[in-house]
Amino acid sequence: MSLMEYFYRNRAEIWMLTLQHCWLVGMSMLLAVAIGVPLGILITRRASLNKPILGSANIIQTIPSLALFGFLMPLPWLGARADRLAIAALTGYALLPVIRNTYTGIMGVDPSVREAARGMGLTDWQLLWHVELPLALGVILAGIRVATVITVGVATIAAAIGAGGLGEFIFRGLAMVDNRVILAGAIPAALMALLADFLLGWAGRHLVPSAKS
Amino acid sequence: MPQQEQVPQMIEFRNVRYSPDGQRAVLSDLNLKVEAGETLVLLGRSGCGKTTTLKMINRLLDPTGGEVLVEGKSVLEWDPIRLRRGIGYVIQEVGLLPHFTIERNIGLLPQLEGWPPERTHCHVEELLEMVALDPATFRHRYPRELSGGQRQRVGVARALAADPPILLMDEPFGALDPLTRAEIQKEFLALQQRLRKTIVFVTHDIHEALTVGTRIALLKAGQLVGTYSRKEFLDSSDPTVNAYLSVLRATGPEAGA
Repeated sequence: MSLMEYFYRNRAEIWMLTLQHCWLVGMSMLLAVAIGVPLGILITRRASLNKPILGSANIIQTIPSLALFGFLMPLPWLGARADRLAIAALTGYALLPVIRNTYTGIMGVDPSVREAARGMGLTDWQLLWHVELPLALGVILAGIRVATVITVGVATIAAAIGAGGLGEFIFRGLAMVDNRVILAGAIPAALMALLADFLLGWAGRHLVPSAKS
Repeated sequence: MPQQEQVPQMIEFRNVRYSPDGQRAVLSDLNLKVEAGETLVLLGRSGCGKTTTLKMINRLLDPTGGEVLVEGKSVLEWDPIRLRRGIGYVIQEVGLLPHFTIERNIGLLPQLEGWPPERTHCHVEELLEMVALDPATFRHRYPRELSGGQRQRVGVARALAADPPILLMDEPFGALDPLTRAEIQKEFLALQQRLRKTIVFVTHDIHEALTVGTRIALLKAGQLVGTYSRKEFLDSSDPTVNAYLSVLRATGPEAGA
């Protein structure tokens, strides 16, 4: 059976695992943005938290992915279900680019724009909402884009702990020493990463308000 | 804030000291009063503390010692947001929001104050006309499409948007070419004749100081040398003033081109 035939024969399972993979990546990125962007904003307001927060996110990212899955396994609730565990680990991995880009994006706003806005009497929230976030959006989206692409890749390892996703095929294929099986997982995963990169790049170009001054 | 009962001293500095690191005093023993309706120029060399003085009025900086009062009330008693919204602030770099149109830039404060869109729309039109910019041409443009002089005009319009009694201007025309600067100074004087705001204007340019100011406060190394009307300044025998006067003579219109 050629590669194309194998794909066709197993298209149901490939599709299911692709959806599962999307679920893992989607949930993790949602959490990473929901946690990371506010943290990034926080450290622009409290310089003292800069090192601890960026430092922790950095440490999490430095831990080898499989090892991180291993560390989280004994935890109650998190370790009880494979997909919960996988999402927790993937969220941890995605945090650093999101927090860091939120921070640099906001700090990169033209200081005279910030000074004029403060001098006008904008409250801190108004400054964030009307000035800093719109102007930092391009950089923040770039961070989300990088984090998403990384997460698609690391999510293939989730299969090793039984969380499903396209890694299933990859591990199965390695065990069976069958290239077709490996590629049945690897190719969709690679395509997913490329698609995510493309879509988020498009969003970055078209959704960011005209900010060139 | 009540505009009907204008306290004679709109702004007052009492024994103000500013020493951010506890060692070098950027400002010391500053006692200064700004009367309603006047244009007080803070004149001095770079680093003499004039911008610092300005920023204490809208609390972008707080004094290390002494008191700053606006409309008779200590700035520390004012809600900082309300204080700033009652004071127009114009800086050299202008600081227009690059992702907003000119209309949105000028209308931002009215919008935040809850003005109905119709009223804001009309008001923006009035303000653009006041600063000699054709509303139809400019309201939908972005700051990047404007020249330096046009941007600063928008900056002034924006500062006037909520009709504040006080305007703070930090070397607002410093980045403009001499021709544009002269033009804008003239327009500014005409505007001030109409509006009669209380203006504190920072500059290091003696020509500008004499052109726009009704009174000059001369600062040197963080201390107030004195306050002078135009005539008093030109007639003064104080050595620091004389240093400026010699520059004035050397670079004035009579000086060799």
